[in-house]
Amino acid sequence: MAQKTAEELAQKQREISIAEFFEKNRHLLGFDNPRRALMTAVKEAVDNALDACEEARILPEINVELIQLGETRFRIVIEDNGPGIIKAQLPKIFAKLLYGSKFHKLAQTRGQQGIGISAAVLYGQLTTGKPATIMSKTGEGKKAIRMKLKINTQTNNPDVIEEEEVEWEEKDHGTRIEIDMEGAYLKGRQSVDEYLKETSVVNPHCTIIYTNPEANQMIFPRAAEQLPPEAREIKPHPYGVELGMLIKMLETTKASTLQQFLTDEFVRVGAGTAKEICANASLLPSTKTKNLNRDLMENLHKGIQNTKIIAPPTDCISPITADLLEKGLRKEINAEFYCSTTRPPAVYRGNPFIIEAALAYGGEQEGDSAVRILRFANRVPLLYQQGACAITNSIQATSWRLYGLQQSKNSLPVGPCTIVVHMSSVWVPFTSESKEALAHYPEIVKEVKLALQECGRKLASFVNKKRRISEESKKRGYIEKYIPHVADSLKSIVGLSEIQKKQVEDDLYAILEHTRGELEEIEMDNPDYDPELAQIGAEDETEEPMGDDSSPHKKGKKRKEELDEEKEGDENEDSFSDDDENDNPGDRQLKLS
Amino acid sequence: MATKKEETANKYVLGKIKDIAKRMYDTIRLQKKPEIEMPIRALSNVSYDDKEGYFKLLKSVKSRTLTASTIKTFAQTLRMMELSKQLVETDDIATKREAYYVSKNWGDARFREQPESDTVMDDIEAMMGVNREQIGFIPEEKGGAVAGELVVIDQDADSGKDLEIDCTKFGSGAYSIPSSVEHLRFKTKAKFILAIETSGMFERLNKHNYWKKANCILIAMGGVPTRACRRFIRKLADEQKLPVYVFCDGDFYGYFNIHRTLKVGSGNAAHINEFFCVPQAQYIGITPQDIIDYQLPTHPLKDVDIKRAKDALKNDPFVQHYTAWQKAAEQQIKMKARAEQQALAKHGLNFVIDKYLPEKLKNRKTWLP
Repeated sequence: MAQKTAEELAQKQREISIAEFFEKNRHLLGFDNPRRALMTAVKEAVDNALDACEEARILPEINVELIQLGETRFRIVIEDNGPGIIKAQLPKIFAKLLYGSKFHKLAQTRGQQGIGISAAVLYGQLTTGKPATIMSKTGEGKKAIRMKLKINTQTNNPDVIEEEEVEWEEKDHGTRIEIDMEGAYLKGRQSVDEYLKETSVVNPHCTIIYTNPEANQMIFPRAAEQLPPEAREIKPHPYGVELGMLIKMLETTKASTLQQFLTDEFVRVGAGTAKEICANASLLPSTKTKNLNRDLMENLHKGIQNTKIIAPPTDCISPITADLLEKGLRKEINAEFYCSTTRPPAVYRGNPFIIEAALAYGGEQEGDSAVRILRFANRVPLLYQQGACAITNSIQATSWRLYGLQQSKNSLPVGPCTIVVHMSSVWVPFTSESKEALAHYPEIVKEVKLALQECGRKLASFVNKKRRISEESKKRGYIEKYIPHVADSLKSIVGLSEIQKKQVEDDLYAILEHTRGELEEIEMDNPDYDPELAQIGAEDETEEPMGDDSSPHKKGKKRKEELDEEKEGDENEDSFSDDDENDNPGDRQLKLS
Repeated sequence: MATKKEETANKYVLGKIKDIAKRMYDTIRLQKKPEIEMPIRALSNVSYDDKEGYFKLLKSVKSRTLTASTIKTFAQTLRMMELSKQLVETDDIATKREAYYVSKNWGDARFREQPESDTVMDDIEAMMGVNREQIGFIPEEKGGAVAGELVVIDQDADSGKDLEIDCTKFGSGAYSIPSSVEHLRFKTKAKFILAIETSGMFERLNKHNYWKKANCILIAMGGVPTRACRRFIRKLADEQKLPVYVFCDGDFYGYFNIHRTLKVGSGNAAHINEFFCVPQAQYIGITPQDIIDYQLPTHPLKDVDIKRAKDALKNDPFVQHYTAWQKAAEQQIKMKARAEQQALAKHGLNFVIDKYLPEKLKNRKTWLP
């Protein structure tokens, strides 16, 4: 083979746009198979809507509609009552990847990168060739703006296809997005239905009205009139800043001296701490920031690591709260025992975070399969990549046998139990852009384990109590069963009369029951349980996809293809995520009375 | 047809069953928790009585109080006593297995597995201080094989007439000891009884009519002798005033499981050892000294063998009583070897008949107690 020169090779080397990159790597964003794509698109739009409403302090009301246009083509429509978006920002927000308000600040929001919704637009565009339609209105009496948008994949810039001002009578303010895309609608644990349900459970301040492709409308009404506390933005903590980031911050800062830079740009750095950092970095606090070269910057970074700085403030995080988490669980699962806990705030890489956990045990749950796990991050349900998530691994690494569940080494516990874990943080570390699995920071794993252990201890005392009661009732059963035998044998051996036999029975009851006291009963006492809600997402996943009016033969074939595709997708995605598909929700289908 | 003696025994058993049940009834009527007491049946609760020649039960008892957790066993024990009462009254018997199947009629009180019913049976037996044949239950196991100068007088089941069984007339076969032997009578001119551990050795001696040469009765125990076998030997030896010689493998199983159980009884059946032991038994072979004297081929002792020996030296009241046995056990532990009866075949197949047994029988000094 002929050798090639560097010049020849150079002809093929060129810049790759971020949009091009994601066009080829759609799995990174959660669009790897038609079913997941539909869920991800809805999720991104709903997350954005909730963030916008909360930031504007509006109680969210969100409409979600899925319309089936063809065998594998859907239109998703998401409409909110948020503050709306001004005309100038609309194209960039919806049709430019990595554009957003949340990347550069540290605050507890759902969105982070500014990728999600534009990725959904890009996916729709790639699979149908059609632009997305956005409509937004920013206030009463104003006209709404409607745009059709595409993303230029070469430049990662928005192309505005159409733009007009329209009347939008029904709403004072809000945003509506319509995207046509390839997709597959299936029910089950990884469906749009399940995602919306879980969202409503952990966001009780929002109302979601959902119309599925079968044209069934489900309403998840608001359960709390109070918005969660406003997500307060914090500056970065010095410990969480890496050298590259520090260099960038020094380049862009408005502060002229090092002392000023440290106190202005970071949280928890006062005059004293700043001086200490400088001393540890062998730099003068009065050094001009623009005079720092790379070596000095590295000294500064080391200086920071060697200085004791108090942990970042944690009041910027609003957990769901243990009570609410438990309440949500009660709606979903009819169990005998519930418990929940909220951990005190902790810190990883300078980012404060809070872990919450809840358990539901027994009741109508099946006892011979692995426990069900519900994962949340900043109030967003995580439905995919269960196996790759730090939460799952923390559950596996906890010794559940101590708490009354079965468990083989390093695997999920087995028992009639559902485990909920929620992480809230100013920055949630996901393993990939699709934001479905938490990264394995030791501090996070530790906190999750501590939360699980707290719940586990409560569970253990319940399980023990249950066992005691069941032993007791077994003994009572014994008494009932065997007293007649004792009496009957005595009658036959001693030659008793029927009356004497009856007396013996009565006496035996008196002797044996006398010492036992009242029998405590464990009953399911769960008025919060909502069987209809619980049923959502619990349906058989392999159910026929909707709106397919072709011949039965073709239907079967199509379904198989779809499932194959899904399987492939997951294999590509991550070798750890095998749990996702193995967790056949049909297996865990709740028995409803 | 029950004999006079049996009738008295039956009356005693029935009285005892009724007595226990009546006491339980009275306690219940006083609204108190009834208890049943039975002796603990283990080596730790026996002592060797040299004068009587068997393991005597000591005083440790276990008592079971009626509670919610014991009511099932109580119910089953009473059901079993009821069954026993029926059996004795109708002069019938049931094997352990049959009793287990009878329990299937007892609804919730039925036994799931036979070991459960066996345990309850043993408990009743111990509680009443009788043996299970007396309360109507018999084991399935065969008693043992007999050949030689002996006439056993049994009774025909239908006519009740005497049946004379001549144990010289079984050819290469043998008379088989029944599970219940109390009613048997004997006629013999033999000089002694030879109790043999293995059927193999019994066959050899029987085939060559050794009993004729030595004028004796051969009995194959086939491992640890059953209760019936022990009782048969005891009855025969007592009534006919015959010495009993025991011929086992030269290992600890032979000494302390087979010979010891035959001679003084076992811990488990301690409450009935009085009738099921053969105190006059003498051990003639194979001894540790024989292994040296006859240069027998050996197998190495396994760890479990040594453990068994050390256990016996420490806990077995029989071994503790006889210094001769202690010395023998220690000698063999030192040799780290054991020899089987068949090892004598090294010197020729009939060496055992022509040389070994005659020599051993002549020389008392080579015996062990």
